[in-house]
Amino acid sequence: MGEILQYTWGAIVSFVLAFFVGITYMGLSRIVTARVQNRIGPPWYQNFFDVFKLFSKDTSIHHGIMHHMGPAFMMVTAVMSLLIIPIFNGGSFFTNLNFHGDLIFLIYIMVFGPLGMALGAGQTGNPNSAIGVTRGLSQIVGFEIPWVMALVALMIQYKTTSIVDLMNIQAETGKWLMFTSPFAFIAAVLAMLGMFRYAPFDIVGAPQELASGPMSENGGKYLFVMMSSGAVFAFAKLTLYVDIFMGGANNLIILVVKTFILYMIPVLYGIVSPRYRTEQSVRFFWGWPTLFGLLAILQAAFL
Amino acid sequence: MINDKNSQKIVDIIRNYARKHSLWILAYGTGCGAIELPPTMTSRYDAERLGVRGAATPRQADLLLITGYLTTKSLKRVIRVYEQMQDPKYVIGFGSCTINGGMYWDSYNTIKALDRYLPVDVYINGCMPRPEAVLSGFAKLQELIQDGKANGAKEYKENLKWYRDNQKKVITNWKMPEYNW
Repeated sequence: MGEILQYTWGAIVSFVLAFFVGITYMGLSRIVTARVQNRIGPPWYQNFFDVFKLFSKDTSIHHGIMHHMGPAFMMVTAVMSLLIIPIFNGGSFFTNLNFHGDLIFLIYIMVFGPLGMALGAGQTGNPNSAIGVTRGLSQIVGFEIPWVMALVALMIQYKTTSIVDLMNIQAETGKWLMFTSPFAFIAAVLAMLGMFRYAPFDIVGAPQELASGPMSENGGKYLFVMMSSGAVFAFAKLTLYVDIFMGGANNLIILVVKTFILYMIPVLYGIVSPRYRTEQSVRFFWGWPTLFGLLAILQAAFL
Repeated sequence: MINDKNSQKIVDIIRNYARKHSLWILAYGTGCGAIELPPTMTSRYDAERLGVRGAATPRQADLLLITGYLTTKSLKRVIRVYEQMQDPKYVIGFGSCTINGGMYWDSYNTIKALDRYLPVDVYINGCMPRPEAVLSGFAKLQELIQDGKANGAKEYKENLKWYRDNQKKVITNWKMPEYNW
């Protein structure tokens, strides 16, 4: 009984933490973008206003059941992946529900949300949504390959499929995996550019050409669910990167610093980039990132 | 406690505060006013400081900008767009053309007074209003929202018949879905 209570509290606290940190990061990225464009930009808490306003809007749209379910799928994916990613090193409170083999589970669960969203967007019947969905799924096919290669390289090199084991290895040897398996780290970071969908890989929700793509029929509370799930999912992914490549974090400050540095990679790369076409994006991911993934696997297998 | 009047008042204050600081605009660029929006949004005047941000579709937008003269042909689309937006929604009319026709006062195919067809919350006068005027229009709308006086959408629903009659008078080939709120 005590264990169940502890898991429940851990889940609730990690969700609230992920929500706040994720939304704050989105606001900070807007400030960074504004400063690069020589603007002042909104305050860092602007996205909290946006989220609250979206939540308090009325919603009178009905396109069918899957349309209502699509954003919920996104949220389920975000929470599920958050709950199997340990947030801190060694602490029992925040280890959450991870188990042996959770890296493999993550590879599957991380595409579940976009697939559910694709079904929901398909039911709205909006042509922009359909184009956005095809673009998004092609892009997933692109960046999943270097991402899975990087994870497989880690699995081969350290003979484990558990995130906690990887963190323990880093704690024991005192070396971060981004130094002991650098090719895997490079491949994973390049794949991250596609995961976060900042420019030049924002081909899915391109507001100027697709009218925000899959979410073009979703306003108000749907958008609230999508924004908050995006924030939670971003935090979960960043924490995963910190866990498996950068030695995890012992307390909240170190975690925030490490995840923010990682988060700035796609943001800063995006500010100075225009947008790719779909085939350019896929070609990018099947080029250098895949090569680095291959190198990582070779390094893991033969060194 | 949950449903009494005072707690509702507190909720309204918080809600209005969030709404006022997060206006997502849908710029319906009909007339010359559309060209005033890029300077308003970019680095010189930076409307994002006030929480004003562009929205991609009517479903996501709070604020419809009618930027300049409106022909009867595009009025039909504007009505369609306005009715797709989700409550609470606001309308800002740009320039003299939306107030009294402006330089198109005797034109046969533009509408003269926008508020006969759509409920306008704030007018910005001028031909064209400069970005400063646009920003002051946004600020005025924020004041109205905070005081709970930006009730254009509510008015539209209550007087739907009057608005519809006016709209059908100028749009002769009316083929639109009838909504029932």
